[in-house]
Amino acid sequence: MDSTFVFAGFGGQGVILAGKLLAQAGTDHGLHVTWLPSYGPEMRGGTANCTVVLSDEPIGSPVVDNPGALVAMNLPSLDRFEKAVLAEGAVVINSSLISRKVEREDIRGLAVAMNDIAVSLGSPRAANMVALGAVVKATGVVPLDAVKGAVKKMLGHKAGAKLVEINERALDEGYNAV
Amino acid sequence: MPVSTENMVRVFGRPESLNESAFSYCPGCHHGVVTRMIAQAIDELNIRERTVVIAPVGCSVSMYQWFRCDGTQAAHGRACAIATGIKRVNPDLIVFTYQGDGALAAIGTAESIHAANRGENITVVFINNQIYGMTGGQMAPTTLLGQWATSCPEGRDGRLAGHPIRFAEMVAQLDAPVYVTRQSLFDQKRLIAAGRAIKKAFRYQVEEKGYSLVEVLTNCPTNWRMGTLEANKHLAEVVVNTFPLGDFVDRG
Amino acid sequence: MAKIDKVLMSGNEAMAEAAICAGCRSYFGYPITPQNELLEYMSAHMPNAGGVFIQAESEIAAINMCYGAAAAGMRTMTSSSSPGISLKTEGISYIAGADLPCVVVNVVRGGPGLGNIAPAQGDYFQATKGGGHGDYHMIVLAPSTIPESVELVMLAFELADRYRGPVMVLADGMLGQMMEPVVLPESIDPATLPAKQWAITGARGREANLVTSFYLDPVELNEMDVRREERYREIEKNEVRYEEYKTEDAEVVVAAFGSMARISRTAVRMARSEGIKLGLLRPISVWPFPYEPLRALSRRVGTILTVEMNAGQMVEDVRLAVAERAETPFYGQLGGLVPSPNDILREVKRYAG
Repeated sequence: MDSTFVFAGFGGQGVILAGKLLAQAGTDHGLHVTWLPSYGPEMRGGTANCTVVLSDEPIGSPVVDNPGALVAMNLPSLDRFEKAVLAEGAVVINSSLISRKVEREDIRGLAVAMNDIAVSLGSPRAANMVALGAVVKATGVVPLDAVKGAVKKMLGHKAGAKLVEINERALDEGYNAV
Repeated sequence: MPVSTENMVRVFGRPESLNESAFSYCPGCHHGVVTRMIAQAIDELNIRERTVVIAPVGCSVSMYQWFRCDGTQAAHGRACAIATGIKRVNPDLIVFTYQGDGALAAIGTAESIHAANRGENITVVFINNQIYGMTGGQMAPTTLLGQWATSCPEGRDGRLAGHPIRFAEMVAQLDAPVYVTRQSLFDQKRLIAAGRAIKKAFRYQVEEKGYSLVEVLTNCPTNWRMGTLEANKHLAEVVVNTFPLGDFVDRG
Repeated sequence: MAKIDKVLMSGNEAMAEAAICAGCRSYFGYPITPQNELLEYMSAHMPNAGGVFIQAESEIAAINMCYGAAAAGMRTMTSSSSPGISLKTEGISYIAGADLPCVVVNVVRGGPGLGNIAPAQGDYFQATKGGGHGDYHMIVLAPSTIPESVELVMLAFELADRYRGPVMVLADGMLGQMMEPVVLPESIDPATLPAKQWAITGARGREANLVTSFYLDPVELNEMDVRREERYREIEKNEVRYEEYKTEDAEVVVAAFGSMARISRTAVRMARSEGIKLGLLRPISVWPFPYEPLRALSRRVGTILTVEMNAGQMVEDVRLAVAERAETPFYGQLGGLVPSPNDILREVKRYAG
């Protein structure tokens, strides 16, 4: 069974990294994984998104028409992807920047004040980790510990212990916010 | 009456680095002289078993067939890139390219300049005869202003066809090359100097000093439509005014 | 699924690492999106492996450095993306003509011209029908996942050495940029590879070796060309690779290669869940092309729908194989657009009984 995710936001909000960490967590958890970025000019400050598929069987398409979960870190992302979300799917909305709720009634909208929470932790840039913690809780596809392990593995060498710790706290806050 | 060789002393012979095949150059052409000088340098430095010949496209396209050395043939202009590939994966080999003005200074300008700029430990022998020989006498990047060629029948016009490129001087601007020189072959003195320069360029490579370029001003009696003596006189009196002889860099 | 040691890598990085594992110790390249990570990975890891890395002045220089390294007997590779491969085609023709082993990775992007940097498959003709001048072929392997990219890069080096010619790994921007867990293969020590007696190593105690594509005498060139053609026939006999997925009872079959094939695989599953008997035939080697399996398939299915990220290139080979025995429609998107599973399913429904 495929679990499918789209992470979307402004370039610089860290959606690419959030998706990568979920992919790493899935890998370490023994799942099949694909991570597909929208690459190109987006990486220089436009809108960015990536698609993650986690599965217990070999994955066909890394391109997903209807994601089971959407993380929308800004309004244009919500506007663009809400229509595509699978019925019964989850949409994690960054309520720090997005004032509206989901328009559809057949999907779950989960408001998380990602930027506010990150700022309260003293690390405004960790909003993406709050988002990741929230979507992990909402979907239950991998345990939060697997994501924390991925943070250590992917960021530990360059970010150092302190930043790893802040990111872990942001993951916890996001996890507990939904 | 047969002459006995019993009491003769051998003062001149075919270099050991060359095999028995005959060169395919036109009568009076300087290519054969330079090819022989290279073979002699290889002999004197005792590097035949380490040397790789990279033949260009042009009149010397099959020159690897005359050497008792391993060799290959390059796409037009790409010899310095191929030399780079060979030398980098096997630095024990002594690698040289032999290229005309078309290969080195027109179609292969990028490869030629950048190999020099990286300071590849190779030897580049550049035959500057101011014309495209093999294809029948078209304009070269080194063709003199006003010089007739089949593709500039009114003579080279600098405003339309550019000016003669002084490649040795261009390469001399770079930081990496260890030896950059321009030689010619129009008299005995120049012949001896050119032979020494070629040997020095190979010696620097053996000593792992780096990149060398030996530009040799040569004739092309066939496509210049001149006799050999007249062609050599033209080199000595006209060509050297555009392409001055001498060493531009010697960091050996 | 057992937790084995898998590394999450992008396709570009995985292909670079696979080359090093294959005993490749020389890489020459030039930056172009979307394959830059391959070159960057090589710049960081090739020197550690004791190999040569050069960022060349152009793609033309890079492929000729490969010519030199291959002539000297080393496993060698270059990579680029579509416009850069166009520049390399001159060198590829010379490498084929001089019978040199060399691996070329093409991470295909949108074209023609500068096109864009999105995934595409518009270089199929260039890769499989020549590209450069003269009578030559390359073995062309088209991976559809990153683990398979690793496998096929390893295989590419083996086939290049065995048949003495260039081998292309035909990927695309999606495969280059996406990440997937891979198990890295066991490394081959280049010192254990069989020596190449023909290589340029210095004429020490033997006759001189010559590596050339130049034969002035037509009789001699004909002889060399005919000998190479015989090798191509051997390749066609031995090296056809393909995969069939749920074709046993299929009424419609999608033919697709590379990342388009893995997207189609999801469309097959979706179709099956709706009761449509859809199958997939995926050429893994696009030269040599799996004509025979398609011919066999065309005797029992009504429609073979070719799906590509181009205007219809592989479909010409499909039609050659199928002749008039089945319907052979084409569906594709251009410009770097990627058909999704839904797009394919919608198209399949036009033909499914």
